[in-house]
Amino acid sequence: MRKSHKFRNKTIPLLVTVSPVTIWLILLVAAPLVYVFFLSFLSTDGYNVVFQFTLKNYMDLFNPIYLEIYSNSFLLAFLTTVVCILLGYPFAYSMARAAKKKKAVMMIMLMIPFWTNSLIRLNGWKTILGKTGLLNSLLLNIGILHQPVEILYTRGAVILGMVYILFPYMVLPLFASIDKLDQSLLEASNDLGANKVKTFLHVTLPLTSPGVFSGTILVFIPALGYFFVSDIMGGAKSQLIGNLIENQFKAANNWPLGAALSMLLIVIIIIMVTIYKKCGGDMKDLGVL
Amino acid sequence: MQVISVKCTDKETNRRKLIKQTKGNKQTKGNDILVQIGVTRMTGERKAIVEIKNVNKIYTDNHVVHDLNLVIYEGEFLTMLGPSGCGKTTILRMIGGFEEPTGGEILVEGENVEEKEPFERNVNTVFQSYALFPHLNIFNNIAYGLKMKKVPKAEIKVRVQEMLELVQLNGYDKRFPSQLSGGQKQRVAIARALINNPKVLLLDEPLGALDLKLRKEMQLELKNLQKKLGITFIYVTHDQEEALTMSDRIAIMNQGYLDQLDTPEGIYEKPKTRFVADFIGESNIFEAIIKEVIDDVARIRIEVGEALAMIDAATAYEESEMVYACVRPEKVLFSKEAVKGFHIQGVVKEQIYVGNIIKSNVILGNGQIVKISRMDMDDTPKVGEMINIYWNLDDVVIMKSRAHLIHNVIENVNLGGA
Repeated sequence: MRKSHKFRNKTIPLLVTVSPVTIWLILLVAAPLVYVFFLSFLSTDGYNVVFQFTLKNYMDLFNPIYLEIYSNSFLLAFLTTVVCILLGYPFAYSMARAAKKKKAVMMIMLMIPFWTNSLIRLNGWKTILGKTGLLNSLLLNIGILHQPVEILYTRGAVILGMVYILFPYMVLPLFASIDKLDQSLLEASNDLGANKVKTFLHVTLPLTSPGVFSGTILVFIPALGYFFVSDIMGGAKSQLIGNLIENQFKAANNWPLGAALSMLLIVIIIIMVTIYKKCGGDMKDLGVL
Repeated sequence: MQVISVKCTDKETNRRKLIKQTKGNKQTKGNDILVQIGVTRMTGERKAIVEIKNVNKIYTDNHVVHDLNLVIYEGEFLTMLGPSGCGKTTILRMIGGFEEPTGGEILVEGENVEEKEPFERNVNTVFQSYALFPHLNIFNNIAYGLKMKKVPKAEIKVRVQEMLELVQLNGYDKRFPSQLSGGQKQRVAIARALINNPKVLLLDEPLGALDLKLRKEMQLELKNLQKKLGITFIYVTHDQEEALTMSDRIAIMNQGYLDQLDTPEGIYEKPKTRFVADFIGESNIFEAIIKEVIDDVARIRIEVGEALAMIDAATAYEESEMVYACVRPEKVLFSKEAVKGFHIQGVVKEQIYVGNIIKSNVILGNGQIVKISRMDMDDTPKVGEMINIYWNLDDVVIMKSRAHLIHNVIENVNLGGA
C-alpha cells in the first residue's frame, strides 16, 4: 500500500515533466530520421518514390562527381575549422583573461550577431563583397584597384561566410576551457623555467585541448552541411554535400538518393563524435550552446 | 643607538664582501651549501641571500606593502606570519617574480632581480594550491623544470628518482596528480621545486589544505628537509603555531607593515606591538602611561593601579607617554593573601579546562578581564574567589603605540634584523 503510494508520487510528476520532451524528441528528431533511413532504401521512377527495396542509392554515392564534391566539402570544412581555431583561440583567450566588464562586452559582441538570422547576415556580406559592393568601391576610389575584382562567389568567400557563421561555436567551448585554466599552473610553469611560448605549448594548449576538440566538432560538422552559405557566398559554383542533398530533394526530385546522402553525412558525424569520445572528449562540452 | 647602527653598517659591508667573494664559486649541490653554512656559522657571519629594500606594493587603491626592509639569510627558515590580507603572500610573489614591486628593490644573491623572469631567479615556489600539472604524471611533473632546461634524459631520470626518494614517494612516478592525496600532492609540489636546486624555496601556505594531523607531520618533515638541504625557506602562513614550531625567524606582518622580525622566542617573550602580543599566543594587554623612567625600569600607571616594568634600554620613553603593557597569562601570579607592593584585586569569574592547561578569567574592578593559565589544578584559583594579582617586573613587556613603532621597526630591520 505504502509502496504504491510512493510509486504514484514519484512517477506522475516525472511523466508529466519528461513526456513532453520525449514526445518532442520522438516527433521532431527520431521520426524524421527513421523516415529518412527507410527512404534511402527505396527506388524512384524519375519523378515519384516507388516502394521497392534497393541498394542503388548507396551505390550511387560512389559516383566520381559526388566523390569530388565530398572531398571539396571536407577541404572547405577543414579550412573553415582551421581559420576558426586560429582566430577563435586568441579571441577566447583574451576574453577569458579580460576584466569582468570587458568580458561581458566581448560576449555580447559575439552573441548578438549569433542571434540574428544567418541568411540576413550573409546577405549583408554580399553587399560588402559584391562587384559593386562597399569593399570594391572603396578600393577603386582609393586607387588600389582599377577594375572591380571578384571577391564574392569564390571559395574564399564561402570560407569567410562559414567562419563568420560558425565562429561562436568555436569560441564558446574554447572560452569555457581557457576560463577554467588555473592561473597558478602558468605561474608554476614560468617558475620552473618555461618562458611564455613554452608555457603555452606545454601547459596551456594541452589543458585547453578539450575546448579545441569540441570546438572543432561543433564547427566541422555544420560546415559539411551548411548548403545555404555556399549558395549565397559561392553562387552555385562550389557544390558541397549540403547542396547535393538539397538538390536531390528539390531540383532533381530524387528523394531516396538525397536520403542516402543524408545517411552518409550522419554516419560521418557519428564516426567523428565517436572518435571525440574515444579520445576522452566530454559530451557535455558539445552542448555548450 | 648611534653606536649600534655604525657597528651594524660595518657588518653589512662585511657581508657584501663575503657575497662578492663567494659569487665566483657557485654551488649547485645541496652538500656544498651545507658546508658553506657550517663555515659562515662558525665565523659568526651570515650571508644574506634575499634582501628587500624599501619595497612598496600598491594596487590601484590598496597599499598592500609599506616600506618593507628585510634581509633573509642563507640557510634560514623564515616565516612570514600574519592574518589574511596583511601582504605576506604579495611579498612572496614579489620575491618569486610574479608581481612587481611598485617601489624599492629586491636583491637575490646580491643581484637586483627586477628585470628577471621567475625562472631566471635562483628561487622556486611551492604554490598554495600545489599547481601540479594535471595532464602530466608525477614523473613528468617533477621533471618539468629539468626538461625546460634541456637536461639530458638519463640525468633527469636519476634526479627525479632522487627527489621521489627525498619526499618518500617511491613508485608513484606513473600516477597522475588526481590519483594522489593532499599530502602526497604537497610532496610532489615540493619535489618539483627542489629538483631545480634553488637557493631559496618559497612556500605559500603549503599546508593550508591538509587536515590537522597531517599538517603537524608535514611541519616536522618540512623542517627536517630544510635542515638536511640547508636551503633557505621563506614560508608564508597565518597559523601562529606552525610559525613558532618551524621557523628560525618570524616576520610578523600587519596591514602591510612589518611589525616585528625576531626568533620565535623573541616574538613570544618580547612582542614589540600590541598586534604581535595579541596575534601570537594569549596575552593580557593594559593601556598604560609612563610615569617615570629610572635606568631600565619604568613606573607605569594602568587603570587599576601602578606597576613597574622593565623596558628595552635601546628605546627611549618619555614621561606621560601612552604605551601598552603586556603580561602573558602563564606569567600572571596570584595570591589569596595580601601582597606587598604592586597588586590588583579581582574575582575569578570562570574557568576553562583545556586538557593540559586550566584557564581562569579574573574580572577586575574596572571590568577588564585578566587571563591566568596554569598547568596544575592545585595552582589554580577557585571560581568566585577574590584574589590579588601581581607579576614579576621582568615579565611585563612595554610596547610603544603604533606611530612610534613603525619608525623603530624600519630602523631596526635596516640594521640586519635580530
